[in-house]
Amino acid sequence: MEDHHDNHITSYAQNFKVLFVLLLLTISTILVVKLDLGIYTLAMALFLASVKTTIVLTYFMHLKGEKLILRLMVGGVFLLFAIIVIITFIDYYFR
Amino acid sequence: MSTTEHSEHSEHSEYIDVETGKMGMWLFLFTELFLFGGLFIVYAVMRAKYGEDFHHAALELNAFIGATNTVVLLVSSMTVAMSLTAIQKSQKNLAVGLIFVTLILAGVFMINKYFEYGHKFELHLYPGSDVMRNLPPGEIMFFGLYFLMTGLHLFHVVVGGILLTIIMLRVKSGKINKEHFLLHENGALYWHLVDLIWIFLFPLLYLIT
Repeated sequence: MEDHHDNHITSYAQNFKVLFVLLLLTISTILVVKLDLGIYTLAMALFLASVKTTIVLTYFMHLKGEKLILRLMVGGVFLLFAIIVIITFIDYYFR
Repeated sequence: MSTTEHSEHSEHSEYIDVETGKMGMWLFLFTELFLFGGLFIVYAVMRAKYGEDFHHAALELNAFIGATNTVVLLVSSMTVAMSLTAIQKSQKNLAVGLIFVTLILAGVFMINKYFEYGHKFELHLYPGSDVMRNLPPGEIMFFGLYFLMTGLHLFHVVVGGILLTIIMLRVKSGKINKEHFLLHENGALYWHLVDLIWIFLFPLLYLIT
């Protein structure tokens, strides 16, 4: 079975590095909120959460080594969700 | 018919399409994204409507427990990813151990949640209580969403824990091994999703006050 996936084994060290970065980003999120950037606090916290999500998807969930079709599907779904959020808020603010 | 042909045939009938199996799991994860995504949209709109009330209500939440659980879930995400590395390297005992650590961390998460919810119940802050009924509408909405979203997430932690227990037993018995680990992979994906949802729940509910 040639399609058996023994070619993308993530090393323990890499897994640990990913965790380290995620923990740093968590601390950053807490600091950003403590510093209180006013109206930018929420945007910054959400931005950092999105960065963490991207890291988890890419490395822990191994999207990096996956086929293009799967990566496009995941990207497409997040895009769809973003569009739904935007449409909801357009509806909320302009009704 | 020679025996070799027969054994070849049975090998074919055991063929598992790994790519499709994984894609099926991702499709399921997409539905999960929209399940929680819908709730996030409700949260966003209600926050826009009742900013002040959300601010007051969120102060009631324990950011320390929230942060602890964030770290717990992130570490557990790493251990389950490492268990997948272990099984691919045929390090069976290590894989079992790493899944076991993940389960312990899931337990720690649930114990933290027990104390967190317990404190809310002591303050009579739960949907339908007299205390909550007398709160301003925005705060009722906040606590309602808090219980619904963290509760639904907790349910996912429980399901993930059961799934990982099954996977751990199958790794132990050798049913999941270097050649066949699709279930292990999909279980890990599910556990990472639990982590991903918490990555958003933590700042939105506990931090931003």
